[in-house]
Amino acid sequence: MKQTLITLVEDKPGVLNRISSLFRRRNFNIESLVVGHSETSGVSRMTIVANEPEASKRGNIYFNLLKLVNVIAVKDVSKLPCISREFILIKINISPDKLNEVNNIVKQYGARIVDMGTETLIVEATDEESVINNLISVLQPYEITEIVRTGKIAMRKGKTHNVSSNNINSKPDDLSWTPDHITAYQI
Amino acid sequence: MSNKKQRFTGAEIIWECLIREGVEVVFGYPGGTILPTYDALNKYRNKVHHVLSRHEQGATHMADGYARVSGKVGVAMGTSGPGATNMITGMATAMMDSSPIVCITGQVSSSVIGSDAFQEIDITGAAIPVTKHSYLVMDIGELASTIREAFYVAHTGRPGPVLIDIPKDIQNDSIEFIYPEDELILPGYHPPEDVSEDYITKFSTMVNQAEKPVILAGHGVLLSNACSEVMELAEKSSIPITTTLLGIGGVPDSHPLVLGMMGMHGESWANHAIQEADLLIACGMRFDDRVTGNLKTYSPNSKKIHIEIDPSEINKNVKVDLAIHADLGTVLRHVNPQIIKLNRKKWLDIISGWHHDSKRRDILNIKSDKLLGAQVIRKIWEGTKGNALIISDVGQHQMLEAQYYKHEEPRTLLTSGGLGTMGFSLPAAIGASFHEKDKEIWVIVGDGSIQMTMMELGTAMQENTNINIAIINNGYLGMVRQWQQMFYDSRYAETPISSPDFVKLAEAYGMNGYRVDSIEDILPTMEKVQKNSGPSLVEFKVEEHEIVYPMVPAGADLHEMIQRPWNEVNNNGQIQEKEKVK
Repeated sequence: MKQTLITLVEDKPGVLNRISSLFRRRNFNIESLVVGHSETSGVSRMTIVANEPEASKRGNIYFNLLKLVNVIAVKDVSKLPCISREFILIKINISPDKLNEVNNIVKQYGARIVDMGTETLIVEATDEESVINNLISVLQPYEITEIVRTGKIAMRKGKTHNVSSNNINSKPDDLSWTPDHITAYQI
Repeated sequence: MSNKKQRFTGAEIIWECLIREGVEVVFGYPGGTILPTYDALNKYRNKVHHVLSRHEQGATHMADGYARVSGKVGVAMGTSGPGATNMITGMATAMMDSSPIVCITGQVSSSVIGSDAFQEIDITGAAIPVTKHSYLVMDIGELASTIREAFYVAHTGRPGPVLIDIPKDIQNDSIEFIYPEDELILPGYHPPEDVSEDYITKFSTMVNQAEKPVILAGHGVLLSNACSEVMELAEKSSIPITTTLLGIGGVPDSHPLVLGMMGMHGESWANHAIQEADLLIACGMRFDDRVTGNLKTYSPNSKKIHIEIDPSEINKNVKVDLAIHADLGTVLRHVNPQIIKLNRKKWLDIISGWHHDSKRRDILNIKSDKLLGAQVIRKIWEGTKGNALIISDVGQHQMLEAQYYKHEEPRTLLTSGGLGTMGFSLPAAIGASFHEKDKEIWVIVGDGSIQMTMMELGTAMQENTNINIAIINNGYLGMVRQWQQMFYDSRYAETPISSPDFVKLAEAYGMNGYRVDSIEDILPTMEKVQKNSGPSLVEFKVEEHEIVYPMVPAGADLHEMIQRPWNEVNNNGQIQEKEKVK
């Protein structure tokens, strides 16, 4: 099962190394990891997508991440209402007679053509992962020469609490950053 | 240090901070990039004692031994490059056994970091998987707060090793400095503080309703100082207790409810109790493969309560019914008043039944021409009246120690359990001796293990430590040989190992050396040793083909253990009989 973890980390050297080292060392399967600045200076925000079928292993990922000293908070948003997006650039080799076809597909997907060369074009799209996957498959009949995707980013809907009100002993709450309880991963 | 701002070098700040943390002894080895700090040590001699190890691995084990016996943070120091990489085994050992140590390493100057300078290694990165946390200090202004943070991280929550890497120019640099007194804020680090009432009620209800409960006491019992709380729970509700290797000493071995060690070389009745139980109360332990055997058949009919300070250990190997992420002592102080008094005669009788022929099966009853390792351990127990601090190494002698030396007090057995680091015992004992100055200390070590860190005999002599070393010499890497005999058709690939003349070796170091090859000579030799001041070494020449029983073969079901042999060894002195119970 796909597991999406929003992870707030201290913006310090080597933090990404610690997180990737953890995934490798514990033999956890990582699908994507996106990192960038957050709304707070000194805090970076990661969206990590892991894929482990067993609930207990997903719990193990969660608590191992939380255990890292530089990790401020982790929220498993896999089952929470979220906006999740991925960004993609697709380069296609194309003959002029196919241009209309591609243009229609691109429009249908709310994507756009951002660069047009003599025989190539670059399509840009932002959407949920499944839509992005569909877009790739409908463009597959044309000659795709390059793909770059960012991996998923996610944000919970609704009014989230500030991370500074985080308290390990308070009750977990979907919109807080309070750590999940172990029972969240019990089958 | 006064509260007035004074100018200090980075090197001086290191010592000032260590003293503030209550450090009295540092184990280390100087070298190029840590030179400024060693130079500054001269100013602090009256406050800190430095022990020169013979290898940086030894220094980390010394810090670890000191930490395990004192409950305080142990400190090891070394130089960059090979000095730092030599510390990795020691950090990994401390990591696996949750021992609080702080390792300080010198680093090449910050301006040349990343250039593959002489003796440069990225120890901060290399240490990530073997430490609780690691720091590289790139600004002298952050040096003091980093050291303070490192100590805090090392000893709080689930304890563990922390590395601080300090470039040489930071040690040489100087600033106006006041020791930081403000509250430590680590936004991502929160050891648990309390436990909800809800869990307390569930816990006590499960205990009160169980018919066949067993307490599994791990290292957490010692680390949480919860020994009396665990005994109170056990006595109130008449619950038998079995310990992990590192849990030994947390509960008194002579207590009628204490079944001894569980697991691969645990007692058969302890393992049976686990398999037959209807409730396991796991206290500060992590269901290591060496204690569970085959996970699919592990304690199949029991509900499981797991009290553990590290949430990532819960549901990792064994799925539990009630998971309590909290400090063990705190939890039990809440739970114990709600526990109903029960005598559980039926359950305890069933367990006693599993002892049926164990007396006859005891190795001590075996007639052997040669001395047996188990006999040596039992005699050391007698000769020390069970009051010694024992530091065992890794291998057959370690398991025999766990079975045949009965520990009554916490922190009287130090051993490398999780990582199984051969060579741990001698340096760990040296470290421990700086806390246990008046206690009788015995290192129990094999001929293989001692030869991994034997150079630390020099440290033991230079510091005139009060340690006694018992080498159980069977001429083999015994535990590996045992596996070869049992599972590889006795093909002894590279397990026969020669040794120096240990008595002469002891003498070469200037210590008293003895050799014993008969059971009658053990106690008289120990008496001589006990009269010596300073370190002594005794070599015990023992049976080469001794096997540690009982044994659950790796991956087998916990109740499918190979019992101790029925009575005697065969003509070759070999104990070969294997039989399964149940």
